[in-house]
Amino acid sequence: MAHKIIPIGPYHPLQEEPEFFKLHVDGETVVDIDIELGYNHRLIEKIAESKNFDQVAFLVERICGICSTSHPFAYVNAIDDLIGVQAPERALYIRTIIGELERIHSHFLWLGLAGHFLGYNTVWMWAWRYREPVLDIFERVAGNRQNYAMMKPGGVRRDMFEEDFSWIKKTLKDLIPKVDMFKGAVMDDPVIHARTEGVGVLTREDVHQYSVIGPTARASGVAKDIRKDDPYAAYDKVEWKVITYEGGDVYSKAVVRILELYESINIILQCLDKMPKGPIDSGIKDIPPGEGIGRHEAPRGEVIHYVMSDGGNSPSRHKIRAPSYMNIASNKKAVIGETISDAAIILAAVDPCYCCTERMAVVDYKTGKKLMDGQDLIRLSQEKTERLRGRHNMPPLH
Amino acid sequence: MTKLLFNFLIFPGFLFTVVFGLAANWIDRKVTARIQWRVGPPWYQPLIDLVKLSIKEITIPRTASKELFLLSPMIGLSAATLVSTLVWLPNIDRVSTGFSGDIIVIVYLLTLPAIAVILGASASGNPLASLGASREIKMVIAYELPFIISLVVPVIKSHGVLKLSDIINYQAAHGSFVASLSGMIAFIVMIFCMQAKLGLVPFDASEAETEIMGGVLIEYSGMLLAIFKLTKAMLMVALPLFLITLFWQGFNFLSIWKYVILLVIIILIRNTNPRVRIDQAVGFFWGKMTLLAILAVLLAIKGM
Repeated sequence: MAHKIIPIGPYHPLQEEPEFFKLHVDGETVVDIDIELGYNHRLIEKIAESKNFDQVAFLVERICGICSTSHPFAYVNAIDDLIGVQAPERALYIRTIIGELERIHSHFLWLGLAGHFLGYNTVWMWAWRYREPVLDIFERVAGNRQNYAMMKPGGVRRDMFEEDFSWIKKTLKDLIPKVDMFKGAVMDDPVIHARTEGVGVLTREDVHQYSVIGPTARASGVAKDIRKDDPYAAYDKVEWKVITYEGGDVYSKAVVRILELYESINIILQCLDKMPKGPIDSGIKDIPPGEGIGRHEAPRGEVIHYVMSDGGNSPSRHKIRAPSYMNIASNKKAVIGETISDAAIILAAVDPCYCCTERMAVVDYKTGKKLMDGQDLIRLSQEKTERLRGRHNMPPLH
Repeated sequence: MTKLLFNFLIFPGFLFTVVFGLAANWIDRKVTARIQWRVGPPWYQPLIDLVKLSIKEITIPRTASKELFLLSPMIGLSAATLVSTLVWLPNIDRVSTGFSGDIIVIVYLLTLPAIAVILGASASGNPLASLGASREIKMVIAYELPFIISLVVPVIKSHGVLKLSDIINYQAAHGSFVASLSGMIAFIVMIFCMQAKLGLVPFDASEAETEIMGGVLIEYSGMLLAIFKLTKAMLMVALPLFLITLFWQGFNFLSIWKYVILLVIIILIRNTNPRVRIDQAVGFFWGKMTLLAILAVLLAIKGM
């Protein structure tokens, strides 16, 4: 029997991002899924090669609006690794605080969206309301609600003021009862249980096979967390624990994220107490030739930045791997066999972020053979630039 | 004849119910907004929404079966108009209106808007709409069973009367049915069925914006969509009114608080629940709700 195809995307009210899931359905049951990404390739890695090392931090900040400090965080880790320099202690604490604040606001955002996908718009609005105080903290600390521009190779760009600390602590402590409320709303609501429990299960084996990371993996009982596994910044200087939950279903993913909110608040409070006085920047002058790898546990999982320098002013190669790139493929395991109603929430449960994830290659549709890879595409774009320059009577670049 | 037309088109039929329905729609949106910490729309928002929709272009998809696609909103609207006339009249004039068996006619007419939605969705030729239509069919099959069973309770309690005005009069003489145990249970079952008939969360699987992008209504635009919205607004009046008539001594303009209570219940249910899956909805209505309805009928036979 020919299966009907229910499209989710490329433009769909489910997730207002360019993604395309073709659900092959038999009645209401999903029998197969095609995952198609690549509608919005922005050439970030290529652009990075034309910016200097300081500017790249701003560039990668704009990869994603939600985890807008995760990419700079991983990037500065990579540069620090490349040079072999350790940022000053105070800078490490500030980096940690910014990273954890971002996790709080991102998890709240996901919680709201998950509610929306389930048709529970009240949860959506409430979660986003309680996300506001976190953004207020960002505004006070960094001057911006998003795109904080705090990360800088060898340190942080601006200091935090001691006089803000008590207000930040109070705001965060006020948040704890709100998190309690959401925990109650998710864990005690029979209808939410009915909609999310046993839905879209990823087993431990699936997690290992698909290399799933972040809260999606931790919800299957796999304690993967780069903050613990390979500590950086101030994560080894504070007490906290990796949240895991057995089950692997949508419910577990929600619970893991809610419990992580407590841990993040806990980490920030400790950092504020322990933060030493001192410089915030180690004053890097030159970047020597070499390679560096930086990792950061973003709200969605581990981000990896690889930076290669030839001793010049800008990276000669910059490679980014975002967490959703690993997580989205696991939908193939989680969605098949479920109903269309559940597919919506399962697809959303990995907290996908497509703008970080876009990759591009030209493939022959029939044979599946790769016709052009990254190098070819770069060559094409260079040729086009040359053509355009020629039309405007500008001298060729190469 | 003129009186009939007047009743049907102006008071208490079409025009009056529309005004009432849009007001209810505004209350729904405003209260929902306040629950969700938003400001909410001004009172005339539902009206200007309708006006805006009706001056928009109507797109008929190439795959659609044209006549049915255009006809089905009208079927829904005329059924809603008829049903609101039939429910309003006994409440206004308890002596000379209605006919024996008008309850049965109303039950039939109340399913018609859902049937119209199913017809329109199937006619549009969109796979998402057909998915929505199949969900709507399952939904109708699910909620009609407990709805009709609990409808038997007031009939039994008024000793086999099938006329709305007589049921009101009986209650006026012997007290509201809702005050008795069986009446209360049947009333609660009816409230859940009403939520499903109105297609509101948690029973909005057939529209489910985040799953199937509006499902049954996906291909409708302009005036046709406005008519569907209007039908829904009218049902938002007719259904609670029907319940009040059956269980709560009927309705006059002094007892508008009864309607407001029902409206608030609808809004609260809709704002404190996620959407249930269609199989869960069918299980809910055929399981718990049907059992409760049967229990109510047994209790009513016992005279409780």
